[in-house]
Amino acid sequence: MELLVSVALGVLTASGVYLILRPTTFSVVLGLTLLSYAVNVLIFFSGRLKATAPPLTVEGLSRQADPLPQALVLTAIVIGFGMTAYLLALALKGKAESGTDHVDAGEPR
Amino acid sequence: MAHLPILPVLLPLLAAVLLLIGTSADVGVKRAISGSGIVLLVLAAAAQVAAAGDGTISVYKLGDWPAPYGIVLVLDRLSAIMVALTSLLSVPVFIAATAGTDTRGPHFHAFLQFQLMGLNGAFLTGDLFNLFVFFEILLLASYGLLVHGGGLVRARAGIAYVVLNLSGSALFLIALGLLYGFLGTLNMADFGTQLQLVAPEDQGVVAVTCALLVTVFLLKAAVLPIGFWLPHVYTAATLPVAALFVIMTKVGIYALLRVVTIGLLATPWSAGLLQPWLTWLALGTIAIGAAGMLAARSFAGIAANLVLVSGGTLLLAVAEPTAVSIGAALYYLVQSTLVTGALFLLADAIGRQRGASEDDLGPGPRLHSYTVLGLIFLVLGVAACGAPPLAGFIGKIMMMQAMEASAYPALVWVALILSGFVAALVLARAASVFFWEPGAPGIEDKPDVPYLPAPGLTAALVLMTMAIITVSVVPAPVASYARAAAEQVLAREAYVTSVTGDPAAVERERRP
Repeated sequence: MELLVSVALGVLTASGVYLILRPTTFSVVLGLTLLSYAVNVLIFFSGRLKATAPPLTVEGLSRQADPLPQALVLTAIVIGFGMTAYLLALALKGKAESGTDHVDAGEPR
Repeated sequence: MAHLPILPVLLPLLAAVLLLIGTSADVGVKRAISGSGIVLLVLAAAAQVAAAGDGTISVYKLGDWPAPYGIVLVLDRLSAIMVALTSLLSVPVFIAATAGTDTRGPHFHAFLQFQLMGLNGAFLTGDLFNLFVFFEILLLASYGLLVHGGGLVRARAGIAYVVLNLSGSALFLIALGLLYGFLGTLNMADFGTQLQLVAPEDQGVVAVTCALLVTVFLLKAAVLPIGFWLPHVYTAATLPVAALFVIMTKVGIYALLRVVTIGLLATPWSAGLLQPWLTWLALGTIAIGAAGMLAARSFAGIAANLVLVSGGTLLLAVAEPTAVSIGAALYYLVQSTLVTGALFLLADAIGRQRGASEDDLGPGPRLHSYTVLGLIFLVLGVAACGAPPLAGFIGKIMMMQAMEASAYPALVWVALILSGFVAALVLARAASVFFWEPGAPGIEDKPDVPYLPAPGLTAALVLMTMAIITVSVVPAPVASYARAAAEQVLAREAYVTSVTGDPAAVERERRP
């Protein structure tokens, strides 16, 4: 299970980084989205991988899940979502004004 | 006042909410709301400086959850200085923005207030995840402020800036996730306590995690390999906005200082983690800033590169944290923030009187009010290049004395003196372009442009200049407060005890 999660996170992060380095804004947005998926899953699992463990202390219970990473990841998802929406709006504005999606549009060469 | 620590967060939030409700209101109404918010903020910041002045560390438990389980705001001298500086800077920025900048889009004042909320929150919070949230608030507001005014250049700079900061946020979250996984806490006071308990075989991974966290702060502080965004972004923004952005790089320096003093210095294996790197990065940043000043094509470009130099200088102190060096750095931080902020406003004032030439360092028409602007230029220029008798000189001397005990005192002195020399050279050249060349024999005289007087902008500049002269003439109160703040920051145990009580008595969960 740990290996599976680590490999998935690694693939998501690597794809995200590759896409962020592409020269069109749309790929950059996709890359950031993939990267934020990887980050969210990482935070979620920082409370350890456990199945069927309750998040609250119950008398006589030895195994329990950590509820805090879930609160953290919810905050991170909301913020990441808002930021990506803003970036898309900005990218559309840039495309409308320069006519191209290239990240260096309008720069002197 | 039990609720004093949260006031600098709540007041701008309240003003911003009112401004959002009144989006369609007249600009006069918006200015009244925003202005009253800033006046109240300055009063709250002054009350905080007074409350923290005797060395009290006020802890504000949000939702009354005790630390380290809940989020706390912590008000000590360092936080009080940073909040006061932010509030003081917001006054001239607000006044300068009323000279026309705030009418170029409907949401300027709302963004300004959200930015202040994020800045003050970042300076006051005692929790690393909450620091992330306040970073995002101030960044989101800064995205809005950056593209305020429109245009392709701003949209493009905005995209680069947003992408860079989103990547930075992703790194921040990775660091926080891993830290929580290893330490089981995100409370800053508890961070150091838990670092002491890390098993030797985990120390390598935790060190990498701390390095990730530090990288994020270095990105915000625009330090050498990841600082090239700053001149590009700051010169693209409208200039009163750029003046406010000056404090944003200081957030990175502040967060770094907090993490180093409260966390990394707590254990022998993490204390020396950054020292070999930070000094060289700081020196490199100063060198790049100086080279950038020489290459700058506009006055705002010079100011933006001065921000780099000032960030590099502050980093020197963080690399070798002692009470003397941090005290000197805090005084330097106050004066350099005021000076570079004022230079951006001056660039705006000069640009408005030169028509299409704006603040470019090339031939342009004669300035309309060259006596006033020239005098302000003289004061700011002397302060910016660190020449006596103004605050820049005092700050540099304090930094040089503090660095006497550092690993490479000679290199640091050369960097500080040379960067000041370059600043003097570049500013003198700019002054001759703006004030002496128009109308001089042999120089093509461009026709004057119609000019709308901007009394708000001049008033803001006079205010900034007065503030700089004040910290120059009576440096002792600021310098001694900064020194006391430095001593308090380095007294880790006292901070931890005020926030979490006796760390040994905190009930811990059992982790696998």
